[in-house]
Amino acid sequence: MSISKEQVQHVARLARLSLTQEEVERFTVQLNDILRFAEKLNELDTEGVEPTSHVLPMANVLREDEVRPSWPREKVLINAPEQKDGMFRVPPVFEE
Amino acid sequence: MSLLKEPLKEIHKRLSEGDCSAKDLVDLSLKRIDEVEDRVGAFITVDREGARARAEELDKQLAEEGERGLLAAIPAGIKDNICTEGLLTTCASKILANYTPIYDATVMKKLRAAQAIPVGKTNMDEFAMGSSTENSGFHLTRNPWDPERVPGGSSGGSAAAVAAGEVFFALGSDTGGSIRQPAAFCGVVGLKPTYGRVSRFGLVAFASSLDQIGPLTKNVEDAAYVLQAIAGHDPMDSTSADVEVPDYLSALTGDVKGLKVAVPRELMGDGIDPGVREQVLKALRVLEGMGAVCEEVSLPHVRYAVETYYLLAPAEASSNLARYDGVRYGVRAPADNLMELYYNSRSTGFGAEVKRRIMLGTYALSSGYYDAYYLKAQKVRTLIKRDFDQIFEKYDVVIGPTTPTTAFRIGEKVDDPLTMYLNDICTIPVNLAGLPAISVPCGLSGGLPVGLQVIGRPFDEETVLRVAHAYEQQAEPLPEPPLGGDRS
Repeated sequence: MSISKEQVQHVARLARLSLTQEEVERFTVQLNDILRFAEKLNELDTEGVEPTSHVLPMANVLREDEVRPSWPREKVLINAPEQKDGMFRVPPVFEE
Repeated sequence: MSLLKEPLKEIHKRLSEGDCSAKDLVDLSLKRIDEVEDRVGAFITVDREGARARAEELDKQLAEEGERGLLAAIPAGIKDNICTEGLLTTCASKILANYTPIYDATVMKKLRAAQAIPVGKTNMDEFAMGSSTENSGFHLTRNPWDPERVPGGSSGGSAAAVAAGEVFFALGSDTGGSIRQPAAFCGVVGLKPTYGRVSRFGLVAFASSLDQIGPLTKNVEDAAYVLQAIAGHDPMDSTSADVEVPDYLSALTGDVKGLKVAVPRELMGDGIDPGVREQVLKALRVLEGMGAVCEEVSLPHVRYAVETYYLLAPAEASSNLARYDGVRYGVRAPADNLMELYYNSRSTGFGAEVKRRIMLGTYALSSGYYDAYYLKAQKVRTLIKRDFDQIFEKYDVVIGPTTPTTAFRIGEKVDDPLTMYLNDICTIPVNLAGLPAISVPCGLSGGLPVGLQVIGRPFDEETVLRVAHAYEQQAEPLPEPPLGGDRS
């Protein structure tokens, strides 16, 4: 499998990255190199092998659904790039 | 009196005998930072005021109460991906250049409870993605042993700060070797605990199934002290294990008689620099001299570990880094609409390696490629883990080099991601299997430090520490890195 420039641009859109033409060229070459390298895994027969997503033998960790104190609004907004009326402010989402 | 060279135990003693104060220790650390930092570049932020204020407060408290915490008055460096309340935490990324956490990571709460004094936040590869700290969005860190060489990465600032004597210890994080590899390159001790041993709450996530916080220290005993302070179950991290924390200091018996050591031929072969291999073989002879039994073994799937890692870690990263959208925190780029806000903030905020990994991970997870790449890699991860499970049925530890070479030159690999990735070949398998491992200095090759890696069973940090400590007691200590100045 190899990845084309168009696919690189498609993946960039999925990841919400706008790439310069130069970045598209460079990433196409580099991602192809890395994927070709990763294809070594196809040497291995993994039929019937369970995938490992996590090494610890634990399943869902549950706790009681109790009300606990939380941070005050002002504190949560400390790092907000823009705020208004105690809320995060963003540019328009819908056209008027 | 050269306090900065002393082990933590000695500092503890002097402090309780009134020979030194928290203020003295913080002053020493800050003075050393003034002296060498322009040549090392280990820190992104130095919190002089905060450290001095904490020292003053602690001296009063110690005078009144007399009771001393495990790390009382010890100046520490903290990797800049660990959240520190009220202190800039950037992950060495421009996208977090202005981020000041409103809470402490659990490890910070624990360090503060043990009365350690954070003096600053250390440089790293952006979002911990890299093996040289060259991917920092802010500046280079130089290896204290040779200013033309990298300190390793991604915890390069933490390793360099400890090696240069700027702090007594530092915290790092290790996803594919990011504590152990820089420790090896800088001639210090670096410990990656078992996955789940130390809480990840407040550690900015890179690859959540692999990340683990651990100490970088001047010696193995100090690593045991710091691990003691930070280990333990945390309800705030649902992947932290509810396993009892033993007394790590009492594990340091110096006794390795009858210990069964597996030496994987895959980690001692052609890819390993002859000078590195020679030092590792010497270290094995030292252990044999103390009664350990070393045997060559095979971990057949380890040679697929780098490939596996560079699919899994970027996949997890691409998901974790979706949160940097310029909305709630971090740097927001100018934009006319919301979609543009995402694109502009992310495209200007992330550096090249981070973009590369987000791209790779997004591709590996995308529809049509998931089975071929991501699922395949997860299955190979199972095979790698099984290799270790089988070895640990017969052996107590696995030993080999931490890195295939000593520290490489600045700029040497930065344009060639694959070559850079291959530098992690000895450390990555350990993260994939979730095991504890330590890097301990084992001599020099061409004037640069070599690291010996000791890998243990899950949650058996005691044996890992015991073996590394026993070796360290017998090994010839490294000379000082040629930075000059005095540490007294």
